[in-house]
Amino acid sequence: MKSKRNIFFGIVSFVLLNFMTINAQDKKEKKVVHEFELEVAAEYSYFYNDALFEGQKSYFPSIAFTPEYSIDWNKGRESLNFTGFFRIDRDNRRTHGDLRELYYQKAKGKYELSVGLKKIYWGVTESNHLVDIINQTDQTESFDGEQKLGQPMIQFTWSTDKYGTFDFFYLPFHRKRTFTGVRGRLRFPIVIEKNSVTYESGAEEFRQDAAFRWSHYFGAFDVGLSHFYGNGREPIFTFDSFGNINAFYPVINQTGLDLQATHNAFLWKLEAIYRNAKAQDFIALVAGLEYTFSNIDKNGLDIGLLGEYLYDERDELALNSMQNDVFLGSRIAFNDTKDTSILIGGLLDLEKSSKIFSIEASRRVGTSWKAQLEARIFNTIDSNELLLFNFTEDSFLKLTVSKYF
Amino acid sequence: MKNIVLTLLAVSIIGIANAQTGNERGLKIAKAAEKADVGFNSSTVSLKMTLKNKNGQTSERDLTTKTLELIEDGDKSLIVFNSPKDVKGTSTLTFTHKVGSDDQWLFLPSIKRVKRISSNNKSGPFVGSEFAYEDLSSQEVEKYSYKFLEEKGSLLIVEQDPVDPKSGYTRRVVTYNKNKGYRIEKVEFYDRKNSLLKTLTYSNYQLHKSKFWRAGTLNMVNKQSNKETRLEFSNYNFDANLTDDDFTQVALKRAGN
Repeated sequence: MKSKRNIFFGIVSFVLLNFMTINAQDKKEKKVVHEFELEVAAEYSYFYNDALFEGQKSYFPSIAFTPEYSIDWNKGRESLNFTGFFRIDRDNRRTHGDLRELYYQKAKGKYELSVGLKKIYWGVTESNHLVDIINQTDQTESFDGEQKLGQPMIQFTWSTDKYGTFDFFYLPFHRKRTFTGVRGRLRFPIVIEKNSVTYESGAEEFRQDAAFRWSHYFGAFDVGLSHFYGNGREPIFTFDSFGNINAFYPVINQTGLDLQATHNAFLWKLEAIYRNAKAQDFIALVAGLEYTFSNIDKNGLDIGLLGEYLYDERDELALNSMQNDVFLGSRIAFNDTKDTSILIGGLLDLEKSSKIFSIEASRRVGTSWKAQLEARIFNTIDSNELLLFNFTEDSFLKLTVSKYF
Repeated sequence: MKNIVLTLLAVSIIGIANAQTGNERGLKIAKAAEKADVGFNSSTVSLKMTLKNKNGQTSERDLTTKTLELIEDGDKSLIVFNSPKDVKGTSTLTFTHKVGSDDQWLFLPSIKRVKRISSNNKSGPFVGSEFAYEDLSSQEVEKYSYKFLEEKGSLLIVEQDPVDPKSGYTRRVVTYNKNKGYRIEKVEFYDRKNSLLKTLTYSNYQLHKSKFWRAGTLNMVNKQSNKETRLEFSNYNFDANLTDDDFTQVALKRAGN
């Protein structure tokens, strides 16, 4: 397996080198721009309830480094971009590093080509990200699934004036999802070994996957239609009678739709997917709206109201347990010199008693520091929740202080 | 009695006629200013924004702005934040429209997300500065009604009333310099209660391509809160030859990366 991986990264670096030499020969545009930035984030998480499973700890001091380097030339139309990530944590599984991005990009007129590891985001809703499928989730990094692992790809984009933007992705390698270790919270009774999660495909992580997206906007409407065929990003869990968890990545076909209508202070949003595999066949959707009262105090205060309905046909097997839920929230932006903002929300199960409340707040301190506070509170989780019940005691507070160099 | 009525009628007709010539002259000046700037095609510029609170404490932002001139419709612009570092790469793409609300997208570099945002919030401050969103959007003639106020040498003073009820102003009093390609020297902003809110002065003008006047410094002073925001422009480039392809969501993501 190791040698296979080396071959893959060998190919990627060969392609990258090739592009670089081609461009080194083309010396018409000499202005080259280098940029380097480093974020160092010290974090402290505190789980205030006694752990449900043996070995789980209550507090987690942690530090993360995110270096970024980019070099661009040809008036920014060609570039090489790198984003690394490394964290040291009390949970040895959360101590991990990743190449978030390392890609070469060339834009010419209506075309754009990217080769390497990259991050792609699709979608419009806030409480769940159904359509977004290109990158694997870095589960140890984020409860909301917004942190992703770098995905190896060749991406070709063709933007037209009349017919919108067409994106083609060739995805030669699958990344496995990260899971917390013995000491970590937000896990199942048994620690999932990343490598014990198998594949439906005989080619395993080297299955050659592909994806396509068309997106366009018509006046107030922004629309995206996508299709993905390949190793799923979400593993399917099966539980045997001994309580053992077996997990594998199925081969899936997923068609996605994302739609937003922007009218005055209203944003109307819809994300829907249809996923088909040998082991599963379901639809899921998020539909909702965002309304912003802007500049309320004539001093820049914006208060946005969010309401979203979440449906998942998988019912209790939905990995994030959002099968028939409502999300209600508010985004408060002060628009002050410190960019102070607060997002509060509650995810309420319409059939069961389960509720998850959350707060995310951030504020710049000085010119190159930032403080962030996050809280997730699991409230009256129904004992019939197959997956979510494991997190019953995992309400937490997290304070992060970042310094940017 | 009849005479009085007739006289009153005549006086009011003259008054209306005067008002109309005042309106027409104001509109004419705004159009002349627009015409003087036609043909720049596209430009790029670096911008340093210095925010000063009433105690004199300052904070800075660095941005780059690309603009594409459109004749039939409003201009397109792409703004990228370079500092503060925690928001580096945050970018906006705006398609201004002469009539109706603008189309605007925001790129968030931390999760690589492009989000269509409402352009409803005109009166709100841009990143905590004394500039409202409407102060920084492309100034199209159609967005105001006009009233000529006075002429002082080469300076022409025109009142502009925003057409959009969502504007934070009842009126703006704009000073044009007719001898310098109708460039703007000063703008006074009156809030919804019609009291003076802000004054904006343009200085360090430079002539580009022997036609286009661009101020090097814009200083906005809030007369009610005593806060200030200074914009300093540098590295104006009118030879970038940008096209529509440089103002797409794909280009927005590229610029913010």
